[in-house]
Amino acid sequence: MAKAKTNSRKKTLFLNFMQRFGHNRLAVAGLFALILIALIVTIIPPFLPFSQEQIDPLAFGASPDGKHLLGTDDVGRDVLSRLLYGGRISLFVGIVSTMLSVAIGIPLGLMAAYFRGKFETVTMRLADIFLSFPNIILILFLVSIFGPSIFTVTVVIGVLGWPFFARLMFGTVLSIREKDYIEGAVAIGEKQRTILLKYILPNAIAPILIQITFRIASAIIIESSLSFLGLGVQPPAASWGNMLYNAQSITILSKKIWIWLPPGLFLVLTILSMNFVGNGLRDALDPKTKIRT
Amino acid sequence: MKRYVIRRLLIALPTFLGITVLVFVVSYLSAGSPLELLLSNQNISAAEIARQGEKLGLNQPIYVQYFSWLGHLVLGNFGKSYRTMEAVTDMVFKGLGATSILVLVSVVIACLIAIPLGVQSARRQNKIWDHIAAVFSFLATSTPSFFIALVLLYVFSVQLKILPIGGMYKIGEENNLLSLLQHLIMPGLVLSFHMIGTLIQFTRSSMLEVMREDYVRTAKAKGLKERNVVVRHVLRNSLIPVVTYLGMEIPLMLGGAVVTEQVFSWPGIGKLMIQSIFSRDYPVVMGITVIVALAVLVFNIITDLIYGLLDPRIRYD
Repeated sequence: MAKAKTNSRKKTLFLNFMQRFGHNRLAVAGLFALILIALIVTIIPPFLPFSQEQIDPLAFGASPDGKHLLGTDDVGRDVLSRLLYGGRISLFVGIVSTMLSVAIGIPLGLMAAYFRGKFETVTMRLADIFLSFPNIILILFLVSIFGPSIFTVTVVIGVLGWPFFARLMFGTVLSIREKDYIEGAVAIGEKQRTILLKYILPNAIAPILIQITFRIASAIIIESSLSFLGLGVQPPAASWGNMLYNAQSITILSKKIWIWLPPGLFLVLTILSMNFVGNGLRDALDPKTKIRT
Repeated sequence: MKRYVIRRLLIALPTFLGITVLVFVVSYLSAGSPLELLLSNQNISAAEIARQGEKLGLNQPIYVQYFSWLGHLVLGNFGKSYRTMEAVTDMVFKGLGATSILVLVSVVIACLIAIPLGVQSARRQNKIWDHIAAVFSFLATSTPSFFIALVLLYVFSVQLKILPIGGMYKIGEENNLLSLLQHLIMPGLVLSFHMIGTLIQFTRSSMLEVMREDYVRTAKAKGLKERNVVVRHVLRNSLIPVVTYLGMEIPLMLGGAVVTEQVFSWPGIGKLMIQSIFSRDYPVVMGITVIVALAVLVFNIITDLIYGLLDPRIRYD
């Protein structure tokens, strides 16, 4: 009986959330665009006639035609294949590095807010330092030392993303901690672990979810910037960023627009959609903000 | 005030030391020893390499090496570039000058575009201008700077041929202000893009918040013109958080400068960093990282003090 009641309450909360999210047309459009992009880059590549590394010796920098729908790049690789395989890598790096930041940041923020004291001072001070320092300089430094690869880029972006989550978690938990139901849980003798994991964590999830969407978007931007500079994903593997690397040469920029325009547009579309979704989530999950239609 | 500055410096010191430790340890652990260049040369004997290692102090324990490195840093000696043999400090400060010009121009561009847009958005909430500004700010924050840079280059340099493709001056026109401005337009705009996007939203929400204040209602009730209320009462007060935001964002622009400088061959520290990474010029890479850290710390302290001048409610005790 009691269980059924909480279930139906959960259901209304969910429906309420869907309704609020659905109100934000940009967020819904962004969600659909993201799903579409994710499906395209995961499903289609195996069916493509060319692999991302395959060189067509008869077509160096060929413009789009029936054989290569988006043309080939300056060493004769099919741009369409690279676009889709590159999308896989860009999304992979964005998502995995963000999960890494979450895995480091959330426990640190949670513990800092719950235990306070020296642990809080050290962790939060460190987070402030990381946030006030231009991350890309540190990332470039680390990548230059460890050598550029998909692995290094993911790990470095992931590790350096921790303070965003730690600080957010810290702030949220500090306010939850003062709530009556926490006092209640302490009073009925719940263990500290249970309080942290069962009472505090679930209530702190909403802002984290929002932050995750935004962070994936910025992780993709960082990855593509690094790859664009030649310090991220290394060819022959493709990523949306490194496909634009060659457009630094003025001949490719001016004469072979099919090489650099599609990955750039895909990047913008993906990041834009993620930011729309993040914004929609923020409006839908936070009952205090008014819906802006 | 003096005590506040001293306390801030004392807090900044461990931060700075922390960064130097990180930079040193990571470089030490990596394979990029200065002897690597010699090692790859077949004609140099092992004994000679050992002798060189001893001369450079490379056989001493890591903490001894760290402190001797730190001692040199404190004296402003960051070593010499492997590539050009020039002093690292000279190279970095030269680059920092060019980068500062770029960042300054970008901030000015961003303020000139974003603050009026943000103000209009707030005044006409949910009207067409507000929507246009919102979409624009989404686009500006969602487009990677290198893509904006390529598109601008394509339009203005390749198609229209009205702006130079890169560099700081036209050759033979060094120190010519007009030439400098021409070369600044595109990189300045590219670097300011992200800031424009966030600044519009920031100004807008800050304005909306101040508009709800009692004193604004009083001003309106007194019969002041809407324009006067907005400029004198609302804008002035809503700019305080905007200034703090700018103070936090400006150091972060150094990061964006890396990409922008690379695309437009702007001779700043960003370009120097990339160049040095590719040529494995570690003293320069380490020097840039440490000097940027120092610059950011000093900058943060200065903005804190300026913030106090703008808002008399803030006291430094």
